Amino acid sequence: MRVMAQMAMVMNLDKCIGCHTCSVTCKQTWTNRSGVEYVWFNNVETRPGQGYPRTYEDQDRWLGGWTVNRRGRLTLKGGGRLRKLLSIFSNPKLPSIQDYYEPWTYDYDTLISSPLQEHTPVARPRSLITGEHTKIRWSANWDDNLAGAPELAAKDPLIKGIEDKVRFEFEQTFMFYLPRICEHCLNPSCAASCPSGAIYKRSEDGIVLVDQDRCRGWRMCVSGCPYKKVYFNHRTGKAEKCTFCFPRVEVGLPTVCAETCVGRLRYIGLVLYDADRVLAAASTQDEHDLLEAQRQVFLDPDDPEVVQAATAAGIPQDWIEAAQRSPIHALINTYRVALPLHPEYRTMPMVWYIPPLSPVVDVLRDTGHDAEDHGNLFAAIEALRIPVEYLARLFTAGDPAPVNEVLRKLAAMRSYMRDINLGREPREEIAARAGMTGEQVYEMYRLLAIAKYEDRYVIPPAHAEQAHGLEELATECSLDYEGGPGMGGSGPFGESSGGVSPIAVENFRMLQNRQSTDTMAAPADKAQRVNLLNWDGKGRPEGLFPPRRQS
Amino acid sequence: MTTMLWVVVPYMAITVFVVGHVWRYRYDKFGWTTRSSQLYENRLLRLGSPLFHFGILLVALGHVGGVLIPKSWTEAAGISESVYHFLAVVLGVLAGAMTLAGAAILVYRRRTVGPVFSATTRNDKIMYVLLVGTIVLGLGTTVLGNLTDHPHDYRETVAPWFRSIFYLQPKPDLMAAAPLGFQLHALSAWALVAFWPFSRLVHVFSAPIGYLTRPYIVYRSRDPKHGTRAPRRGWESLNQR
Ligand code: SF4
Ligand code: SF4
Repeated sequence: MRVMAQMAMVMNLDKCIGCHTCSVTCKQTWTNRSGVEYVWFNNVETRPGQGYPRTYEDQDRWLGGWTVNRRGRLTLKGGGRLRKLLSIFSNPKLPSIQDYYEPWTYDYDTLISSPLQEHTPVARPRSLITGEHTKIRWSANWDDNLAGAPELAAKDPLIKGIEDKVRFEFEQTFMFYLPRICEHCLNPSCAASCPSGAIYKRSEDGIVLVDQDRCRGWRMCVSGCPYKKVYFNHRTGKAEKCTFCFPRVEVGLPTVCAETCVGRLRYIGLVLYDADRVLAAASTQDEHDLLEAQRQVFLDPDDPEVVQAATAAGIPQDWIEAAQRSPIHALINTYRVALPLHPEYRTMPMVWYIPPLSPVVDVLRDTGHDAEDHGNLFAAIEALRIPVEYLARLFTAGDPAPVNEVLRKLAAMRSYMRDINLGREPREEIAARAGMTGEQVYEMYRLLAIAKYEDRYVIPPAHAEQAHGLEELATECSLDYEGGPGMGGSGPFGESSGGVSPIAVENFRMLQNRQSTDTMAAPADKAQRVNLLNWDGKGRPEGLFPPRRQS
Repeated sequence: MTTMLWVVVPYMAITVFVVGHVWRYRYDKFGWTTRSSQLYENRLLRLGSPLFHFGILLVALGHVGGVLIPKSWTEAAGISESVYHFLAVVLGVLAGAMTLAGAAILVYRRRTVGPVFSATTRNDKIMYVLLVGTIVLGLGTTVLGNLTDHPHDYRETVAPWFRSIFYLQPKPDLMAAAPLGFQLHALSAWALVAFWPFSRLVHVFSAPIGYLTRPYIVYRSRDPKHGTRAPRRGWESLNQR
């Protein structure tokens, strides 16, 4: 047994209102720079829908993730090492910018500088790639809320084979939102695909990161990740990905997406797992067994043997305690209501989801039934094939049984708690029908519905004696580092070349550059691209800002 | 003049090459990349890039065979002059043509595809001129030389001169006697060598051969150096690696 700790997330999909707050705050924090305008480390997609980038789940086309070969060995679906090196000059499976979308901004300047005229001036969209006028054709959430669904949703890779049934039942449409970040997989195929070895998994907390100094821009990680959660920064020529907000997590704060989530549906905590068992679990023959195999990889943090092994492996005491209180462990292993996204990709993803009961509830309510009654709910879960089948394709490689089981638990919780809320005697048999006790149901309700901040996030701070240096304390100038604030911006070899500058300084510089730039898209040797999320009328329009103070 | 061109220039270029790389690696690891533009455009790249890269690898191999390996060695191995010459010309022209065709597609792409063009820096342009110039001069000299029917045997002049540079006993006279085509090719190559460490060509030295043998998943410990702020002087962590 080789115990390792993994920082993981669970999202409770029933509570997601699709507001995209998480995406926007994440973007402001991490991808507001030029070269990554099209990048959303966190994106929220409406399902059924094509997702972002378009149809990324179609692995017959993109060949992401792992597969088991004829001899039962785990291999990269996109081909082994030699094949990767031979195709290094032109990656055959790299999504093009059109598969994401062409980022744009608007000609805001015309709004304020146009002469007095009869017609209202219009801010026309301009491509952030070419700087030319453009027609907006797609975006990261173009098919939000099933927009254009009759035409677009049919291209959802997950409804291949059941298109007819879905269309047939379109009067009973269902939809839900799926927020996605990098899965910080236990068996990351992005890292395995990287020829330079620049992508690594941190041995302390399992966060998967790209070493920007080692990345050489071979782009194999982009095609290797089945979730398409590594992105290529086309200005710096380096791969970038979700960092699980490591500077925050290291000091015990939740990630930005979780902290700002309006639905408060994200849970963050540790799980302990046995690193020696990962490969065997990922190689499980039958796709339907992958979910259980991954659950078996996790260790019970209350087991004294595990605690002993964890201590021997150098995991500090407060981390073990955090693992014991972890909401992730509770939701995955104790209540067994969380499911992984696409276990069939065999990367052992570590962002899990509680599938939504709402499609079922909605149908019940719309057809005039009592959507709180456990009998009705259980019957509907059985009867409504399509939502369950769809969820199964998302979370269990197509096996409806585990999804059914989870939905029954959620339904039981609903009915059981109604009785309590109405002051009636709670009925133990409702809980029993979902294989739980009333007490368990109540505990689960507290975690899922009350969801107090300190229950949602159990994040032990990193053990580094310089943790002070990780915080951005307001008491000290964050520009005060060796080399001074004169750095940042561009070195002679393209955007941001030169020595490493602290993230905060880099961001500060880039924003300042962009806000005072003169062109929309400029030659790459100048860092002056403008971004949708910032003020980006060209330059500093007269009178809009107070005059610069002479210093 | 001879000394200047065939002794000083080479040594200067080599020095710049070596020192430049060391400096760039230390100062600018972040800028050390291929700066791929595949994201913008794939149709032309899919054709041009492999053609160019595999071509230039062959060309490099050919230069090792023709310039680094002395004539006496190949003769000792029983390869007669005419056989060698035939092979060298056929393979060389083939590889050169491949490279040039690939480069032509890539340059055309740079120029015509909007996003790729706007992502082209001045640095790239200089690099393209030097690179394509060197290739054209080299290929041109070979083809012309063979068309005029008495090809110059560069293994008597250029090759020993080139090796002599590395023996530290330069023999500039050998090179001074070579035809103009070879001289121009060599000069433009030195210019390219000198510019190399400052261009995106550095990515050649990160050819990921290690990938073939390393384990798939890389684990690394949290690097205490990478906070958002470098520690102040006197406050560095003791166990910094
Ligand atoms: S989801 Fe994240 S960790 Fe997993 S393969 Fe993709 S980028 Fe790597
Ligand atoms: S902020 Fe929360 S509720 Fe809003 S879209 Fe993101 S995950 Fe859903």
